[in-house]
Amino acid sequence: MKRSSSRLAALAGTVALATALTACGGQNEAASTATSAGAAGGASGAALSGEIISDGSSTVGPLTEAAAELFRKDNPGVNITVQTSGTGGGFKKFCQGQTDLSNASRPIKDEEKAACAAAGVTFTELLVATDALTVVASKGNTFLTCLTTAELKKLWEPAAEGKVTTWDQVNPAFPKEKITLYGAGTDSGTFDYFTAEITGEEGASRTDYNASEDDNVTVQGVSGDANALGYLGYTYLEENQSALKAVQVDGGKGCVTPSAETAQNGTYTPLSRPLFVYVNNAAFASKPQVKAFVSWYVATDEAITTAAQFIPLNAEQRQKLQSAADSIG
Amino acid sequence: MAALSDLTPPPAPSPAQPPTRPLRAERHGDDSPASIAFLVALWLTLLFACSVLAVLLLDAFISGLPRLDGALFTAYASTINPDGAGARAAILGSVWVLGVTAALAIPLGVAAAVYLEEFADNQRWYNRLIEANLQNLAAVPAIIYGMLTAGVALAVGLRRGVVLAGGLALALLILPVIIIATREALRAVPSEIRQASLALGATPLTTVWRQTLPAAVPGVATGTILALSRAMGEAAPLLLLGGATFITYDPDGLLSGFTTLPIQIFGWAGRPQEELRTVASAAIMVLLVLLLAMNTLAIVIRNRYQKRW
Repeated sequence: MKRSSSRLAALAGTVALATALTACGGQNEAASTATSAGAAGGASGAALSGEIISDGSSTVGPLTEAAAELFRKDNPGVNITVQTSGTGGGFKKFCQGQTDLSNASRPIKDEEKAACAAAGVTFTELLVATDALTVVASKGNTFLTCLTTAELKKLWEPAAEGKVTTWDQVNPAFPKEKITLYGAGTDSGTFDYFTAEITGEEGASRTDYNASEDDNVTVQGVSGDANALGYLGYTYLEENQSALKAVQVDGGKGCVTPSAETAQNGTYTPLSRPLFVYVNNAAFASKPQVKAFVSWYVATDEAITTAAQFIPLNAEQRQKLQSAADSIG
Repeated sequence: MAALSDLTPPPAPSPAQPPTRPLRAERHGDDSPASIAFLVALWLTLLFACSVLAVLLLDAFISGLPRLDGALFTAYASTINPDGAGARAAILGSVWVLGVTAALAIPLGVAAAVYLEEFADNQRWYNRLIEANLQNLAAVPAIIYGMLTAGVALAVGLRRGVVLAGGLALALLILPVIIIATREALRAVPSEIRQASLALGATPLTTVWRQTLPAAVPGVATGTILALSRAMGEAAPLLLLGGATFITYDPDGLLSGFTTLPIQIFGWAGRPQEELRTVASAAIMVLLVLLLAMNTLAIVIRNRYQKRW
């Protein structure tokens, strides 16, 4: 009898643990609603509440995260969720009407538009920031200062696979050193954009390179090898200035260093790319919190992009963004 | 993803055979060079596995150390202030999702195991089919359960990125493991106990409820906790379901959005900011401590209450 009761106690203990875990979550939640209610009371005007759901590109995600953080300082009652299923995955949910906003590192494709239309989802495209895809080499590299897009194509096109293996094959002026390449994995928008611009066909790339969805892997690999080359988002270069050097890109009008200015004024071509947020028009019209957030996002876009270490829009683009946002309402 | 063999509880010794002893060369009087070489190879393998683990843990610990502070537990994820980013939403999200998982999987799993072990007729084809499928289900990759739950959620009109959907996916994931562990534990209870109970006039249901099940509790608890700790470390099915990488509020119900520790760590680890990767390492330590605590609890329960018949 005693034995069985101690065993029952063990079972009860397990159950109690599970209940306690849940209860603990509940208490914290109660406490937080109390504080957020207090804060909302202090804010001026009618307090907004409700949920905003966004999904999409992991490149644009941090920008919307920064926007959400800043927005919630004044509107703590609004719960903003940022998911990162990738641009394609984000559009899939967006066109099923499951999300209010979709972050995208490329414009919406025709078949995605068709899916949206079939589900009766109307949307507005907002160009919110610029990214510069950056070709990088190690600080220890001496010969890679500028590459033309033709050289990049020679290096990355599918025909180069297994054939272009030493740097002198890319440019006779380069030493006969073995090439090591790092790049984005095939699931990322970065890969889509780079291949479309460099090899001329989206998705067409040599495959004998170190592919990773995580740009930090590229940072590590390139910084440790003087003969390595990789490409990644501009923020990763900014954060790793001490280990990496940017390779200038010559798109036909001379060598251009990737920077906020050259991406903004359009001289860093073809690798500067627009980043988008797509807004579900119906959500904008029916949910006051979505309307408030999007209007605020557009009006404060420059501060948000700066805070999130993205490249802000130029004056012309900002005007277009404002008029695009005005057209929703 | 942990190997399945780690998760099934140690097989209880069956009453018919003596417990197997560890293989030692001396015990069998076998000290041929081949057998010693094999033993050395085994030890080296073990050493290699342990040192890889140690290096990984040490690396995470050293890089996470600067951020093992209070803000890690009280602050939300942050992009504009990466130095003060915390895993509060992720910790609470893990607790919520795991709570739902436990509430769904434990009663269902134990009940299913009791039926299969104590009441089901093994000769029936459908029971044998269920049995064969259970073993297969335990080996199904976690992401499949995420896809299944996503499909079901879409069909019934439930939003996908919510606590309930996450808990459901993880419950499906660990259900076969719990059923198998519970059946092992029930099988280890000697049939004499059941026979004695039945002989004293107890109904089969009373026998299970008052005798068999209480005797099996240590095994059930061990298996369940190990299964839950597997669920806790799982990111793939939840990512597929739309567990968010960024949430700045506490989950407040079954239909609330959520993130969990593994998702949050995954999100942070890929970010350009060094500070966010540091906080990812710190969050890894939190997750690790939680997992170790759960596994320790499982071991304690097993050692304390397990009875050899």
